[in-house]
Amino acid sequence: MSADFLYGIEVVINGLMAGVLYALVALGFVLIFKASGIFNYAQGVMALFAALTLVGIMEGQVPFSHLINAIFGTSIHHFGWEVPALFAIFLTVLVMIVFAWAVQQFVFRHLVGQEPIILFMATIGLAYFLEGVGDLMWGSDIKTLALGLPQGGSIWVEEATAGLGGDDFYGFFIDKLDMVATVVAIILVISLIAFAQYTKQGRAMRAVADDHQAALSVGISLNFIWVLVWSLAGIVAMVAGIMWGAKSGVQFSLSLIALKALPVLMLGGFTSIPGAIVGGLIIGVGEKLFEYTIGAPYLGGATENWFAYMLALIFLVFRPQGLFGEKIIERV
Amino acid sequence: MLYREAGDFKTSYVADSQTFPIAFDRYRYWAILAIAFLVIPFFINDYWANAIFVPFLIYAIAAIGLNILTGYCGQVSLGTGGFMAVGAYACYKLMTSFPDVSIVIHIILAGGITAAVGAAFGLPSLRIKGFYLAVATLAAQFFLVWLFNKVSWFYNYSASGQINAPERFVAGVAVTGPNTAPWAQYMICLVFLTVCAILARNLTRGTIGRSWMAIRDMDIAAEIIGVNPLKAKLTAFAVSSFFIGISGALFFAVYLGAVEVGEAFGIQKSFLVLFMIIIGGLGSIFGSFAGAAFLVLLPVALKVIGVDVLGWPTDLVAHLNLVIVGALIMFFLIKEPHGLAQLWRLAKEKLRLWPFPY
Repeated sequence: MSADFLYGIEVVINGLMAGVLYALVALGFVLIFKASGIFNYAQGVMALFAALTLVGIMEGQVPFSHLINAIFGTSIHHFGWEVPALFAIFLTVLVMIVFAWAVQQFVFRHLVGQEPIILFMATIGLAYFLEGVGDLMWGSDIKTLALGLPQGGSIWVEEATAGLGGDDFYGFFIDKLDMVATVVAIILVISLIAFAQYTKQGRAMRAVADDHQAALSVGISLNFIWVLVWSLAGIVAMVAGIMWGAKSGVQFSLSLIALKALPVLMLGGFTSIPGAIVGGLIIGVGEKLFEYTIGAPYLGGATENWFAYMLALIFLVFRPQGLFGEKIIERV
Repeated sequence: MLYREAGDFKTSYVADSQTFPIAFDRYRYWAILAIAFLVIPFFINDYWANAIFVPFLIYAIAAIGLNILTGYCGQVSLGTGGFMAVGAYACYKLMTSFPDVSIVIHIILAGGITAAVGAAFGLPSLRIKGFYLAVATLAAQFFLVWLFNKVSWFYNYSASGQINAPERFVAGVAVTGPNTAPWAQYMICLVFLTVCAILARNLTRGTIGRSWMAIRDMDIAAEIIGVNPLKAKLTAFAVSSFFIGISGALFFAVYLGAVEVGEAFGIQKSFLVLFMIIIGGLGSIFGSFAGAAFLVLLPVALKVIGVDVLGWPTDLVAHLNLVIVGALIMFFLIKEPHGLAQLWRLAKEKLRLWPFPY
């Protein structure tokens, strides 16, 4: 096999791994959208906030230290202890659950029955709010997430595949972190599906997604379910935040992965969990392949910024509800 | 007492269908115009022009543009930053290619070019609706910014990738370039804003505006009663982009002078203008002004209070700004989804009965 072809395969594999991460963010969107019809733009900022919180707790930072210092003229910044990673993750999950409850209690409970576009704009407001709170709590400098996840290319894969091609092929370069992320994402998806299928709360969640009125009439608390889905979305966001944060540092640009998840959703349909996964993989592979074959050689590179949107746009013109979305029926 | 219809007799159809049917509103309108044109230019200094008035006037044009598309026609767009960039780069190319033509014509032409680009990106709106469309307009945002970054023809092959506005004159007074007087910057933006606002107000009162609103309220029903959705949606995209293009051209040529596309016209700009029309009021020209004024003044006011009065660090105030803007948007959507314009409407209703409400 020629080396170019093999490098093409490597691009596809790396695209699949990036796609898994897109799918992870998209999953958080789908969970909330199915249960409450809210298109949650804040998903990416939730990932950033969760990652910031995790780093802050692990390093023992004092929350809001900048603000406190500015008001009272003190100069506190750290508690002076360090929290082990697993316990910090547990605490972060608690923070995300409290956040989910607060969002439901103070914002979306008051917006029930509003038009979807109003809800969408409210989540943009929420995104700004949360970004500001995250910066106020933990500071806006770039942080490194030291969870001890493996980094760098996998030598094992590289050596095992080097024999496939000729002399100018050195084997597939695959980041270990990407492999870990893929495994974690798969475990997360399987456990989410198991949760939705086999537990009481999971069934209630699906019932709410199917029909609010019917779910209410059999005694399911909508409020509880909405807090539940926001919490789940928060946990998914945290996992996505950990993976992206470990890859490129915890910083503002992390919240922009939400924007990358939007075309994934458009492609897969807003209401479909398999759609989010397949859409994520298609976008991940598509943009890497486009950059490799056309973008970098002919268009000057950096086509990854817009390729996903264009692909989704063109796709939607032919199928407005996405790959797996429910057929849109409009009545007057 | 002053604010009422009674006693204001209309004797012609023209008088009956004028923009401000109440006499007090007309006096107020002329008074504001007189202050804006005859008083402020004599007192304006560099700080007021650069921090408040010029950005307010330019954002108001952009907000009017987006309000036509989102507020009147119901098509949510997140591509405002990209379209402003089209206006800016079109203006730059025109300014450098035809240096002898007046800058006013260049800015209007830049608006026209943006209208064409906007209509092209509006084409999918015939198939795609709601969120899907909002996300699809992101394609415009990212693609256009990428295009202006990568294709060096757009920035005349300059090494830095920036575009710089050369000095241009209107009636012998410099309006772009480093030697522009604050009042000249202010005046050119004010003239454009006034014309745009009058245009927009009258467009939305007429046939075309009504067809936009019909599409917004329910597109299928509108189609059944004979509104052509292709025409209505594409004109909304074109007119909206025209205004946004003008504001982008002014933003680059008059306000900033030098622009790097990703910084000046990034996705944040799209959201900023969207917030302006949410806070100001969807479907209201006054709301565009109110929202633009609010979001231009808020960071300035916070900075004055936080940095100058309380002595807090700048980054802290910037973060607080984010928190406050976000909280305000949620607050407005919960309490008053129709924004500041609705408060103004309610105030006017109360004023009519004042001081003897029943």
